Order: sequence, then structure tokens, then C-alpha cells
Amino acid sequence: MTTKSIANTVYSWVDERLGLGELAKFARKKTVPVHKQSFWYYWGGISLFLFLVQCFTGVLLLVYYRPGADAYESVRQITFTMHFGWLIRSAHAWSANLMMLSVLVHMFSVFFMKAYRSPREFGWFSGMMLLALASVFGFSGYLLPMDELSFFATKVGLEIPAAIPVIGPIIANLLRGGPDVSEFTVQRFFALHVVVLPAVFIPLLAFHLWLVQKHGNAAPPSEEAKPASQRKSMPFMPNFLVKDLAMWIISLNVLALLASIFPWQLGKQYDALAPAPLGIHPEWYFMAPFEMLKLLGLVFSGKLAALGEIAGILIFTLGIVLWLLIPFYDPNLESGRRGRRAHYFGLFAIFALLVTTAIGYWTIR
Amino acid sequence: MTEQFPIEANEVHEVEPVETGRRAFLGVAAGVAGLCYVGALAYPIYRYLDSPSEMALGAAAVTEVTLKDAQKLPTGSVLMFKFGSSPAMLIHHTDGRWISLTAVCTHLGCTVQYEPDADRIHCACHGGVYNPYTGANVSGPPPKPLKAYKVTVGAADVTVSRA
Repeated sequence: MTTKSIANTVYSWVDERLGLGELAKFARKKTVPVHKQSFWYYWGGISLFLFLVQCFTGVLLLVYYRPGADAYESVRQITFTMHFGWLIRSAHAWSANLMMLSVLVHMFSVFFMKAYRSPREFGWFSGMMLLALASVFGFSGYLLPMDELSFFATKVGLEIPAAIPVIGPIIANLLRGGPDVSEFTVQRFFALHVVVLPAVFIPLLAFHLWLVQKHGNAAPPSEEAKPASQRKSMPFMPNFLVKDLAMWIISLNVLALLASIFPWQLGKQYDALAPAPLGIHPEWYFMAPFEMLKLLGLVFSGKLAALGEIAGILIFTLGIVLWLLIPFYDPNLESGRRGRRAHYFGLFAIFALLVTTAIGYWTIR
Repeated sequence: MTEQFPIEANEVHEVEPVETGRRAFLGVAAGVAGLCYVGALAYPIYRYLDSPSEMALGAAAVTEVTLKDAQKLPTGSVLMFKFGSSPAMLIHHTDGRWISLTAVCTHLGCTVQYEPDADRIHCACHGGVYNPYTGANVSGPPPKPLKAYKVTVGAADVTVSRA
């Protein structure tokens, strides 16, 4: 038997049992729309790639990381003792930030292409859920080195759930493992970060990706309006896949450059008695929500100040709920008026995020 | 299996030697670039994961260990200590002799123990027995003797060094 005939025999043996032929047929039939906005289709794939980098570098960090009282010392060891440990930690931190960025780009491109409309509502909901989980990933991972910055970031961050009436303090204490951020907090954030979150995130991500296969890429309404003969598309295999992989390589290069030229810093070990360091501020992706809460709190001053915090959280939550429910009040209607309203909402959201982030950085003391 | 992707079907016409030359060159170039990527990723990961064994190698380079107050060790007893990264023992025999041997069984690497009553060194894993004065393998599976160290008893400490 020649190598080729052996390969054919093995393939048909596996194919009979797993139905690879159907998969291959599906992959060949799959197409991706080609138009002026096609560039934005890559951002979901880039986010996926960066998530895979997170998994990979995360497991590598897990090899030496020790949660609990020893957390800072183990991160110091990874950063300064283990060969290339600084690079792996830096790659993990940088790709987390790049992933948040690409997820946001992905979300806004979906929003403005109206890709949340029927039948893709579940794609939008699962995507928003993934974004929420990614934020919790970011928040919990930020504490793990237990340096000054992570200590105070967690301390301040947990004041937000604590402001919820009645149940808030209970929730905050459960998250913290006591009334203050301590080694108990880092231990449970660790469990959250490496076990609970991946266990929820990965199946949800699989669902999200399955939906993309089921419904295909959405084209923007301007494309949908064109007659079928004028719409262009390219095969997924291999044309789009090759371009997708090229994007992955570009992402890898950007990540490698950032991680090695700007290695992620490790601050001083946390000290519950030390004052907060000057210039402390939330990560950029938490800056806008923080600043919005602060500004909404300022609206209610004087005697209403106590109400302000709660009102801020309420208004902020309402905004997120409105954003989440967009498929319901901007369905696929012939009349463009509602669609335009949703468009303005999106523009307003971007404007609000940029302005509050700018104010946040402007007012760092 | 006979079906082809459309892009390949189009390129079947390109049979001119120039085109195959360029194609082969690009193929090789892509392969080399791919290997560079794999190397650039694999090397730091290998070094990272291998760090502890390098640290152990550094520790194994130790040629001398000073055991403070070990001169007070009563006769007929043993002191376990680390010589570099592996366990070793200092035995003060009833006849006053000081003997230091590695405590790693030469059979499968278990840590052996000194039994003063039986006057032997015994490995519990597979029943290996060594001579407690010379480290010679007496019975059981061990293929080689335990390596001996040089012992210098001082006024305030005992120094163990490579023989």
C-alpha cells in the first residue's frame, strides 16, 4: 500500500464514524459577504485568538502561581526568577487588555451593522454575556499578583456592589471573604478566575460560535437592501480562513511586541496599613463605568448624596439593560426610523464611553 | 476526496515552470517562517518550564555544606540534611566514627534510612540494604553503593564536602 492509499483508508474509516465529509461539505458551502465593511468581520476572530492566548499563557502561569498568603512572592518569582516568566506574565496581561479592546470593537461593529436583528438575537445576548464574564475575568485576574495597585483596585471595585441596598454588603463580603481584602480574597478570586469563569465562559463561547456557523455573517442593512445579484461573497474555505489566520498572526506580532517592549510591571507588595499610592486609577476598560457612576453621583448632591450612589447604579444598570435589549426595540422593520434611533443610541454610547474615559484620565490625582 | 476547492481548480492552469518555481519558493519561505515562529514560541516556554531543573543544577554544584552544632549529635544517631538539592545523612556511629553518605537509594531513588539497632542502612521501597560505614550495597536490588562524603568535625559545626 502506498502512503496515499493508507491515508485514504484511515480517512474513510474515521469519516464513516464521525461524518467528516458532511463537515467538509458544510465548510465548502459557507461563504462570507464581501462589502465595504467586511473588515469588521475579523474582530470576532481576533477576540477568539486572544482568548486562546489567555488560556495558554494562563496555564503556564498556573505552573508557578500560588494563591493565598504566598501570592505576591510567587508572582515575584515568576517575574524575576523563572526564565522568560516576565514575558509570559506580560503576554497574559497584554492579551487580556487587547482582548477587551477587540471585544469592544467587535460589539460596536455588530451593533452598527445591525447584526443583532432576527434571527441573530441569541448571538447578541450570548456576546453581551461573554463581555460581562470577560470583565469579571479582568477584575478577578487583576487582584492575583496582590501588589498595591491590585489591592486597592479590588478594594474600590467591591465598594460598588456594596452600595446596593440591603443585600449589597452581604454580596461584597461574600466576594471579599470578609470585611476587608485579604489572602482569603485572593484565594477565592483565584478559584473564580481559573475554574468558575472558564467553566461558564467556554460553553457560552462554543454556543456563540455555533450560532455564527448556523446563521452566517450578517451583512449591514445597506447590503441587505441590494438585489442578490449585486451582493458579493467569498468562500470561507480557504479564502476567509486564510485572511482570518493572517489577522491572528498580526495580532500575535502586536502582542509579542507590546509584551516584550513594555513588560507588565509588578508593584510593591500590598500592605493593608499603607496609604493608597498616588495616581491610582481603574484599568482603562473600567474607567468609563467608574466615571459615569461618579458623575451620576455628583448630580445628587447635598442631602440626596446617599441616594446618588444608588441612583447612579440604577441609571447605569438601566442603560446596560437598554443596550442588551436592542434586538427587541430595533427589530428588522421596513421603516428605517427605529433603526436610525438605535444608530444614535450607539453613537451616544461611544461618545459617552470616550468622554467619561477622557474625564477619568484627566482627573487622576 | 476528488473534489477540489475552487481556488485550486483555477490554479491548475498555471503549469509554466516560472510559476512552479515561484510557488515552490513561497512554500519553502512560508515553511521557514512558520518554523521560526514555532521556535520563537517554543524556546521561551521550554526555558520557563525548565527553570526549576536549572535551579536544581545550580544547587547541585554545591561542594560543601556546613552543619551548625552538628558536632553535638549523640552517637548511634543520624542527622538528615540537604546536600545541594538531594537528601544526605550524617551518621555518628557508636564507635565514634563520623560518616556522611548520600541518602538517595541507587535503585529507584527513594530516601534511605539509618537503622542503629540493626546497624544497617535500609531502603523501605524495595528492601535494599547498605553498609552504614562504607555505603556499600549489601543486599536487595541496589546496583551501586551510596556515595560517601568527606566529614570534618569542628568546634562549632560539622563540614561535609565532596570526597
